[in-house]
Amino acid sequence: MALTSVQPGRPAPPLKLAQRLNKLLLRKAAKPLLFLLALAPFLWLFYGAYADQLGANPAEKLIRSTGDWTLRFLCITLAVTPLRQTLGLSALARLRRMLGLYTVFYGVLHFLGYAWLDMGFDVEAIVKDIPKRPFVLVGTAALLLMVPLAATSFNRAIKALGAARWQLLHKLVYGTALLGLLHFFWMRAAKQNFGEWSVYAAIMAVLLGWRIWRRTQAPR
Amino acid sequence: MHLLKSTQHDHAIPSEITPSGVYQQRRRWMQALAASAAASALPGQARAQTARPGKLAALASEKSAVPGALVMDKLTPYADITSYNNYYEFGTDKGDPVRTAGSLKTRPWTVAIEGEVKKPGTWDLDALLKLAPMEERIYRLRCVEGWSMVIPWVGYPLAELIKRVEPTGNAKYVQFVTLANKAQMPGLSSGSLDWPYVEGLRMDEAMHPLTLLTFGLYGEVLPNQSGAPVRAVVPWKYGFKSGKSIVKIRFVEKQPKTSWETAIAQEYGFYSNVNPKVDHPRWSQATERRIGEDGLFAKKRPTLMFNGYEAQVGQLYAGMDLKKYY
Repeated sequence: MALTSVQPGRPAPPLKLAQRLNKLLLRKAAKPLLFLLALAPFLWLFYGAYADQLGANPAEKLIRSTGDWTLRFLCITLAVTPLRQTLGLSALARLRRMLGLYTVFYGVLHFLGYAWLDMGFDVEAIVKDIPKRPFVLVGTAALLLMVPLAATSFNRAIKALGAARWQLLHKLVYGTALLGLLHFFWMRAAKQNFGEWSVYAAIMAVLLGWRIWRRTQAPR
Repeated sequence: MHLLKSTQHDHAIPSEITPSGVYQQRRRWMQALAASAAASALPGQARAQTARPGKLAALASEKSAVPGALVMDKLTPYADITSYNNYYEFGTDKGDPVRTAGSLKTRPWTVAIEGEVKKPGTWDLDALLKLAPMEERIYRLRCVEGWSMVIPWVGYPLAELIKRVEPTGNAKYVQFVTLANKAQMPGLSSGSLDWPYVEGLRMDEAMHPLTLLTFGLYGEVLPNQSGAPVRAVVPWKYGFKSGKSIVKIRFVEKQPKTSWETAIAQEYGFYSNVNPKVDHPRWSQATERRIGEDGLFAKKRPTLMFNGYEAQVGQLYAGMDLKKYY
């Protein structure tokens, strides 16, 4: 696929293990398998809601779980390039688009959960609610930033935009990462419970920090 | 029939006029209740307490005769009441307490009475259990987070204890101090609040017949995660006002600071009465989700003034600006 960023500098020599992993990832079944794996949390939640297995407050559980999975897929998507370049897992590149689209998928479910289960699709109530709760505003912004990325995720859009402009546009994902983290931080601030948040923050810090470090290492 | 009558009276004030859906549902309940009362018209049977889930020791009681003490709403299932708890001493996630509260030791247990009283001292739990006849009270519980339950508590009016310890004229407020024991409570190591958790009521609120000193629910002693072995229940206030696992009750002259006031004063006031017209600064209080009853896609139900207890407690706040004293 031509959508991976072409970084100057030498690629790390592929390790034996990396070679084997690359081979596995290049198998035909890799994509459909990943598709099902990434869909599993959704299927699990769907079944849980149907079978009434989501605890005392299923709506809250659905909203929170889809939010968790959005952050998780965001981390996984952002990990593709660092893993590809540091470990020589070049075959990961062909899976990145699907991972990115799953991030949007869970993000949209998360927002729908809020708008539907929490607010009953009452637009007036939602409009009133958003300025009251800045963390909702920030979360909405994080999701909106992903919309152009999803909309330009197919090959023809890349061709139409040109690789350079496409890549520039897709830097918006860093905005989503920071706003998503802030959203989760504010949400947890009510109970001053930052344990889980710190894990996501640390992972994001490594993934974004690596990119900054990369830039300083390889001047264009 | 007495029960039906008193309920109608409770809902006779304008601000409590119930939406027709709720009203019709309640009607069906009343019909169902009437039918079951007719079917089991055995002496003593009609006033027996709610069927026990059989998890913990039984705590016998009579159904309360106090106006407003038995709401007609459908009971929240025991499993939901005991698995969805805000009890930060056992973790801030509502799923934490049911997993971690097993370490709480509820015997021996004493409650110290201090401050502006003629008879200070320490009460053993067994003495407290025998202090007054146990009543079953079916109360709505409204959490500040926008969800609610209907719980059959077992206890007696806090006023019974207060009368026996004889407050002096200086006793204007009652403060509840709850257990803070690091060895038993894993949540204490987190810095979410200052421990111990403290709460308070004005003297007339504490003396109100609906304010319950609570020892059980669903006909059994309280499970640890619900505030065993003794807690307060103040049904017209947000749930956090009802202190759990109480170890000390102090009678004081000045309005005591509560834990939540200390933590975030601009969000949590001393009174914290359930009030759909006064929003929490960060979210609306106009509606609520009834746990275990409202379907996933059901619209949230409107929250009632004073959680539906306006007829009983409204006069306590006559002339007060409830927006200022939130």
